[in-house]
Amino acid sequence: MSSRPSWVAPWAGAALLLTLAQAQAAPLPPDRQAVHVLNRLAFGPRPGDVERVTQMGVQRWIDAQLQPEAIALPAALAARLDSLDTVKRSAGASLAEYLALRKEVRKDVHDGDEGAKQRRRELEARVAREAAEARLLRAVDSPRQLEEVMVDFWYNHFNVFAGKGIDRALVANYENEAIRPHALGSFRDLLGATARHPAMLFYLDNAVSSAPNANARGKAGGLNENYARELMELHTLGADGGYTQRDVTELARMFTGWTFDQRRLASGGEGFRFDPKRHDKGAKTWLGQEVAPAGQSEGERALDVLALHPTTARHVSRQLAQYFVSDDPPAALVERMTATWRATGGDIRAVLRTLFASAEFMSLDAAGAKFKTPYRFVVSAVRASGMPAAEAVVNVTPLVNAMSQLGMPLYGCQTPDGYKNTQDAWLNPDALTRRIAFATALAGGRLPLAAAPASLPAAPAPRPTPLDPAALQTALAGSVSRRTLDIVGQQPEKLRAAMLLGSPDFMQH
Amino acid sequence: MQRRDFLNALALGAGMVVPLGRGAWAATAGAGTGTGDATRRKLVVVMLRGAVDGLNVVAPVGDQNYLRLRPTIGLAAPGMDGGALDLDGYFGLHPALAGLQPLWQQQKLAFVHASGSPDATRSHFDAQDYMESATPGRKNTPDGWMNRLVAALPGNATPSRLLGIGPVLPRILAGGAAAVNLPNVAGAGRADVLDKPEMAAAFDRLYADHPRFGRAYAEGRAAHREVMDAALNEETAQMRAADRGAPLPNGFPDDAARLAALMRNDPKIQLAFVALGGWDTHAGQGAAGGQLANRLAPLGQGLAVLAERLGPLFDDTMMVVMSEFGRTARENGNGGTDHGHGNVMWLLGGKVNGGKVYGEWDGVGDAALNEGRDLPVTTDFRSVLAQVAERHLLLGDRKLVQVFPAMPQRMPSFQVVRA
Repeated sequence: MSSRPSWVAPWAGAALLLTLAQAQAAPLPPDRQAVHVLNRLAFGPRPGDVERVTQMGVQRWIDAQLQPEAIALPAALAARLDSLDTVKRSAGASLAEYLALRKEVRKDVHDGDEGAKQRRRELEARVAREAAEARLLRAVDSPRQLEEVMVDFWYNHFNVFAGKGIDRALVANYENEAIRPHALGSFRDLLGATARHPAMLFYLDNAVSSAPNANARGKAGGLNENYARELMELHTLGADGGYTQRDVTELARMFTGWTFDQRRLASGGEGFRFDPKRHDKGAKTWLGQEVAPAGQSEGERALDVLALHPTTARHVSRQLAQYFVSDDPPAALVERMTATWRATGGDIRAVLRTLFASAEFMSLDAAGAKFKTPYRFVVSAVRASGMPAAEAVVNVTPLVNAMSQLGMPLYGCQTPDGYKNTQDAWLNPDALTRRIAFATALAGGRLPLAAAPASLPAAPAPRPTPLDPAALQTALAGSVSRRTLDIVGQQPEKLRAAMLLGSPDFMQH
Repeated sequence: MQRRDFLNALALGAGMVVPLGRGAWAATAGAGTGTGDATRRKLVVVMLRGAVDGLNVVAPVGDQNYLRLRPTIGLAAPGMDGGALDLDGYFGLHPALAGLQPLWQQQKLAFVHASGSPDATRSHFDAQDYMESATPGRKNTPDGWMNRLVAALPGNATPSRLLGIGPVLPRILAGGAAAVNLPNVAGAGRADVLDKPEMAAAFDRLYADHPRFGRAYAEGRAAHREVMDAALNEETAQMRAADRGAPLPNGFPDDAARLAALMRNDPKIQLAFVALGGWDTHAGQGAAGGQLANRLAPLGQGLAVLAERLGPLFDDTMMVVMSEFGRTARENGNGGTDHGHGNVMWLLGGKVNGGKVYGEWDGVGDAALNEGRDLPVTTDFRSVLAQVAERHLLLGDRKLVQVFPAMPQRMPSFQVVRA
């Protein structure tokens, strides 16, 4: 993507310097490294985190984060997650309930009744709320922070929009079964899991794609190239990956038959299925290679080729470097990550190890270089406040609303490219005011996070408990500049917490 | 200072909308900046992200190939049930856009068919990028063409002169000149946290002269004050009262009505941009009814509302509707269409040479299709925008090159904008 020096002429200059000086990027002093890794491998420090990481040693902490399976979830978080029925359940069970209500709605419309419509709205609201709750509680509370950071990265890389039809019932399962288990694993496994998940098959229409003359379920068949195009453009090779329109069409033909059946999924839990009746059995030529007819394995082989393709390695490595280092990441780092990708066959953990061990990552230029996305801004503010989300945040709605107002509704990106994480995408005049408003409400204890969503409107509002600015300042030690601390220190105590969370320093990470 | 005090009073919970009055506003508007006359001619750009199916917006219903290519999603001939609305005996307008028919009849609406970007990409994201930078094929252009345009036009830049509707600032508005975004127009008149004097004082100190965020902060505050003033105008208050009686549908028609009021009340607003999504109809797009129709209806209604509520200002306003590329001429196996190339641009306004579908057009027979699948681009979108900039916004030749560098040599033979 292009770079725009719109709001940030000085910053664009810094990026240029960084490119010129990448060979000898000034290293980040040891006393700033703990804050930096907490800002990048985690969603920012919670109170006491900087001391903990320093004590443990930055490198050991990074190593531990790369092995999330060895880190236990706290009991309170595990219990909250366990209480979220619609998130835990299988894709089939989730779809079954949704389809049953949709059927009732149709019957009601016929009978002139409104009851089922109301119940469907309630179910949709509950499913959306619980999915957001699971995601946000983990993002704030999970000690496996890097795993949650990678879930944010990969969800956007393999984005599915929850607002499209039955995907509202499937995105939580998609995240838990296709994304999170592979977040630090093999890229090929991750690619395959997303390709086969009903949420993706539905979102990018591959479920309905079939050979031009296939007669599946009595409906006229035909090719749909939506998934094949985005698979190459977004998931693997990149828009400049050197493929042609012909390659898109041929790849779409290879993936015909990759589908799922809504009824079988809802009744028997069958997710992915290959339907030979839909499959185009002709010979294909794709990326310059003859593809002999081979049914389902044509698609599997295509995923093999794409996952290991040098162009994919470079494209995704660059995206990772952009996410973790800077909006315009150093080319030399991307090349080293690409080499690791190719040497390990796309081992995400190994690629990240190369990234985190690099001088470019642990450099003065990289620290604070990223502008927070709305998601990261909200999550990092709650973390800095020190509240244990699993216990203190009963109601995530104010957090969800803040992200929507900032233009980043959770599971709400309509287009398959997912949300960007660059400053160009998110810094604008309105955003700063809105972030400051959120910071002020959170700091003043005025977000109704403790109120049960179903609480009666008549119930007295709990007395606001403002954040303690001194504790906040300690938690953010090393993240806030001397200049900001001086200005904050001159203001009345009641404004200080809001000023810290709304400061320029807290907009970046 | 007076206005500031007024806002403060509002923020402190007065809660009453006290109109400043048109006269009072007009007096301050012209004197302070000298942009009153320079910004008299307006441009509103509506971008349909996701590639709208132009062949079902302005459909070649008179072409014998049309229904052969689109047996289930094609629009019926004018006069038939759910048929297209006749435009010129050959092209027909989608019936969901019936609200635009009066503008067509008044010759305030025109289309340029088979238009678009010369770049062959069928990637939404690259193609949108090119349409917003107006440099097809070049990815490193740092700014958007509307930003370059506002910089090239005579008169002083003010923060609200270039305005976007939406929670983020799109690429088309980004660049060296000031530009602001309003998440939605309805909220534009509301006081925010920084209207409290002690908060403003505190945060002004944090952000004033901040090298990275100072500019965005300052422009946001200045634009907020300008737009607050405009939104507090008497006419808007009346409009809101009227809305309570007959609420507009949510979404674009609502935003369009409020945008019209803002533009009437704040003469500094000159260039506005709105993006609408949901046009990527790969499956089940429908014909006279269905997915595409459900998107087109509020769009058409909104444009009609905008035209109507701008009142006399409509004569000085040009609206352009564009989308990154068109869709396949043939429907696919799922009652949808895949990514194509040429598309249709819409132009509405007092200076439009309307009532006509422009563009070189060879029909939708197999031989006429680009790569055998979609419309060719016979008119470069930049040449249409250049006509708007030159003939409507009166941008000089030398400045035009700054806005649209590397323009195509071949210019269209038609004039869609009246001099």
